[in-house]
Amino acid sequence: MAKKVALLQGNEACAQGALYAGCNFFGGYPITPSTEVAEVLSVELPKIGGKFIQMEDEIAAMASIIGGALAGSKALTATSGPGMSLKQELLGYACIAEVPCVIINVMRGGPSTGMPTGPGQSDVQQAKWGTHGDHPVIALVPASCQEIFTETVRAFNLAEKYRMPVQVLYDEIIGHMRERIEFPEPGELEIINRTEPSVGPEEYKPFDPSFGDVPPMAAFGSGYRFHVTGLNKAADGFPTTKADLVDNEQRRQLRKISAAQSDIELNEEYMTEDAEVVVFAYGSTSRSARYAVNELRKEGVKAGMFRPITLWPFPEKRIAELGKQAKAIIVAELNLGQMNLEVERCVKGACDVPFIGRVDGEPINPGQIMDKVKEVK
Amino acid sequence: MAERYELRFSGAGGQGLITAGIILAEAASIVEGKHAVQSQSYGPEARGGASKSEVIIADEPIDYPKATLVDACLAMTQEAADKYSKDIRPGGLLLVDEDFVQNPPVGDFKVIKMPIVNTAKNEVGRMIVANVVALGAMVALTEVVSRESGETAVLSRVPEAFRELNKTAFNLGFEKVKALIG
Amino acid sequence: MAFDYDKYLRPGKLPHIWCPGCGHGIAMKGLIRAIDTCGLDKSNTAIVSGIGCASRLPGYVDFNTLHTAHGRAAAFATGVKMAKPEMNVIVVGGDGDGTAIGGNHFIHACRRNIDMTYVIFNNFIYGMTGGQFSPCTPTGHKASTTVYGNPDPVFDISKLAIGAGASFVARTTAFHATQIDKLIAEGIKHKGLSVIEVLDDCPTTYGRRNKFRSVIEMMERLKTMAVPVAAASKMTAEQLEGKVLTGVLHKEEKPEYCEQYAEVIKRAKGA
Repeated sequence: MAKKVALLQGNEACAQGALYAGCNFFGGYPITPSTEVAEVLSVELPKIGGKFIQMEDEIAAMASIIGGALAGSKALTATSGPGMSLKQELLGYACIAEVPCVIINVMRGGPSTGMPTGPGQSDVQQAKWGTHGDHPVIALVPASCQEIFTETVRAFNLAEKYRMPVQVLYDEIIGHMRERIEFPEPGELEIINRTEPSVGPEEYKPFDPSFGDVPPMAAFGSGYRFHVTGLNKAADGFPTTKADLVDNEQRRQLRKISAAQSDIELNEEYMTEDAEVVVFAYGSTSRSARYAVNELRKEGVKAGMFRPITLWPFPEKRIAELGKQAKAIIVAELNLGQMNLEVERCVKGACDVPFIGRVDGEPINPGQIMDKVKEVK
Repeated sequence: MAERYELRFSGAGGQGLITAGIILAEAASIVEGKHAVQSQSYGPEARGGASKSEVIIADEPIDYPKATLVDACLAMTQEAADKYSKDIRPGGLLLVDEDFVQNPPVGDFKVIKMPIVNTAKNEVGRMIVANVVALGAMVALTEVVSRESGETAVLSRVPEAFRELNKTAFNLGFEKVKALIG
Repeated sequence: MAFDYDKYLRPGKLPHIWCPGCGHGIAMKGLIRAIDTCGLDKSNTAIVSGIGCASRLPGYVDFNTLHTAHGRAAAFATGVKMAKPEMNVIVVGGDGDGTAIGGNHFIHACRRNIDMTYVIFNNFIYGMTGGQFSPCTPTGHKASTTVYGNPDPVFDISKLAIGAGASFVARTTAFHATQIDKLIAEGIKHKGLSVIEVLDDCPTTYGRRNKFRSVIEMMERLKTMAVPVAAASKMTAEQLEGKVLTGVLHKEEKPEYCEQYAEVIKRAKGA
């Protein structure tokens, strides 16, 4: 049987991906250019008995999904830069309390109100460093409407598997453009749900490291009574200031991600095998990069593209290898210099890292990338 | 059809041009199985202002989703014609609503003039379907999708009660352009 | 037989952090007695708080407990309640937490009339951070950040809750210990958002700066400022100067949020 297809906006694809992943709770606040995610879910969630709530502000939206997730839901919120700045407070809470949830950031220009209907990719370092304290981060950066669907599913899977918030960042261009989507059949994509406790309520400790770096998670109302706090806590979930307990917990939380890099990392490489110049681009900018690489190859220039789909944790090893292979890794992004810093850190001077940035509300076009590639000596 | 064909629908916000673009993209990608990307740019106004919707159609997957050199452009207002006709490719097409674009821009492209809003208003009887008249006209002008595919896409989007109205609008637009270009 | 608090307290989590003479312990015991009166199942009850002295309460009691971020308790609690409307959700916190940084969440929880019980411990001060003035510190009084006297007007929490749409609002004080559990129990039983304001004392940071010589004097003040609603109707404006009304201040039946959303689900499924 032919698969169901539809012409969907990126934001609509995100909502559909969430539903496919089993999302049954959305807490949000209206903000351009992400609002369609909320609009679709306000229609679809009640049809399956799920919950949609429009909260009083962005912080409350984030709080509501953490509350919903603790009560056993698969919870989502969606926002854009100004809202993401507000959500940072409770993004940190979801990290320390180890609550699975997914946050969509449809990136627009900034800072502050910036350019609400224009694209940007200037929240990518915020995704890593925005909330205070040391904490694990997973951030995904899809580049097409179909990929927004699949990466939203993957975001839920990673959130549930590693018991933490996962961010999905895509820019206004793909958030608002429409492409044909093929809906995967039920069961075609893997769906992961959080590991529930294997011990009884009397023995249960919400952060028991003897079950590994990602301890099983009980839901409120399931018979397991436990404590959740934003304070540094011990394995039993209660606050502690004991040095060794705090240190163990903090390190375990970072290790959840660092030890699982190969499971979380996802990249696409396009014609990088023999590339002398590699273009590092993600999201909508990677579409211009691919176009440019195709044109350059026609002209005999050995160009290639490296596209992270998982932006955080950063693909350090592969970038270091490409740094040794290529004369230059050009970083193209809709900001004035963010991920180029990370690429520079990883190549350790092995190659040049020229930069193309744009913040005028227009996409980086293939011509800009082609010109920059040709400048590489 | 060329490897990559770029269309632009421009006019005032509220004229339904984003919808026209979406329907064309559905005709190409859902009905005909080609690749299509539809995008739009808009300001803070829900109504008024200059608005544009772009559709790129290709046989291969589409990388760059925005227009580079527009093959065919529709302009429903003078403001849109002035603002959005600049990057029409040499030898490209510009369709204007002759009642609202008094001074069609001059350039290395062919200008086709026809009444769009007034066709909807006077011949279909509802001004609201001007975007569907325009869509029929653009399909006839560019042949980027077949007339049947265009009609199918239009009808799959409208409620039962408005099917005849939209069918009439689409076909009037289509036939008027065919008559003009022969 | 004496009431068995241990049934509801987590073993090994006491002593609490509250200072000698603080009324929070009285309020917590009132809350426990109210929960017992209502016969709530511990496993089906969530107690949610923000940040501050009062917000440490959830750590001591044996329920599904959620100690959130400063001011955000009502928003977290709304998420829990929406996800599992069958759970009893009780929010506890202080005046600064609930009406300053959490003021927006507080009024919107009231507006939705979502079936939760919000017990707000009003000790007129930010205690945990060392005694800065809160929206409830009386005008002219002293705090660590109003050493020349507080220039700010005061929030009346109960009036705020009524104005925002809460369908059950009551007030009492830490002195009126037995009224605390009666009002909280009535709030728990009420369908909709219930606010129970407990006027409380903070001898360490508020009393000390405002020339209260002892905890007893602070308790005396709570006792004398409280006027039961019924008695107030017979008093003149002059007699009511400086007093606060206690008891059930507002009670009405109106649509509850989770029930309203259940209707949305029905309509969506029927469409």
